[in-house]
Amino acid sequence: MPLWEVFIRPRTGLNHKHVGSLHAADAQMAVQAARDVYTRREEGNSIWVVRAEQIVASDPDLAAENFDPAGDKVYRHPSFYDIPDEVGHM
Amino acid sequence: MAAIESQALVASVVQLADDHLILGHRLSEWCGHAPMLEEDLSMPNMALDLIGQARNLYSYAAELEGNNRSEDDLAYLRTDREYRNCLLVERPNTDFAHAMLRQLYFAAFMQPYWQAVLDGKDSVLRGVAGKAIKEVGYHIRHAGEWVVRLGDGTDESARRMNAAVDALHPYTEELFVVDADRQYCIDNNVLPDPQSVRTLWQDTINAVFSQALIEVPEVTYPLVGGREGRHTEDFGFLLADLQYMQRTYPGAQW
Repeated sequence: MPLWEVFIRPRTGLNHKHVGSLHAADAQMAVQAARDVYTRREEGNSIWVVRAEQIVASDPDLAAENFDPAGDKVYRHPSFYDIPDEVGHM
Repeated sequence: MAAIESQALVASVVQLADDHLILGHRLSEWCGHAPMLEEDLSMPNMALDLIGQARNLYSYAAELEGNNRSEDDLAYLRTDREYRNCLLVERPNTDFAHAMLRQLYFAAFMQPYWQAVLDGKDSVLRGVAGKAIKEVGYHIRHAGEWVVRLGDGTDESARRMNAAVDALHPYTEELFVVDADRQYCIDNNVLPDPQSVRTLWQDTINAVFSQALIEVPEVTYPLVGGREGRHTEDFGFLLADLQYMQRTYPGAQW
């Protein structure tokens, strides 16, 4: 039985977040199983499932090339602006 | 409320509660034994829905009765003949096909039944119904999808699903049986007539069966008796399990 990756959205307005995986025969059964396995404690209000084999991942061996160059570019963080109080949480 | 109406209502509410408790118990027997981890969670999930509904109903019956009996007394301390659940819900698990089909039969009946309870005049029952409708809607979906996949699956799954249909379909007629107490509640607009949801039940079953490539059998000899307290042999074993704790440690709570 194929493996599915499960993503749950905790609340409207937030993003779906990966919570785990499960086995199911097809997409519909995967959504139902995800509901049963991953939302028993009110974890969310929306479910995505994706066939695990459909996920394309970056190569761990290329992690240094991929991610290290960003390490010394602190100016990319938008943390150098004064944000007016009335804007609130961003 | 007149004494007679109260007595009829208590009996009918207990009967409804018994259906839910016993089916919930049967489902709970799968805990740790389901064919896959995902089902090992979803079957007890459904069992807990049913036992929750049973609790609400027993509590209400105990309150109406006003006899100092608690929901636990009603659930655990009656003899087999005092349980009025239909035979369908006490049928043994046998295999996964039996369990899913039994669930579908019951849920497909209860969903429109609870819907009709919402039009009745009893506010407590309307409250129970409002919550139960959502739960049982999912049970139809879950069990129905499995019936389709097993019926239209491999040769072996189809053989087992058809065997389950042959074994369980004759028990479905009892869902529609009305005794004197229920009739009293129907006449007084407290509970709906089960006959009024027969078409909806049949529509759900037909829709699932046609997808599952299962023929709806003709029932020539309906198997009934639970509503009068006449149960199948398996029921005694079920009760022995269900009641063990309260019988051994009377009044035990957690």
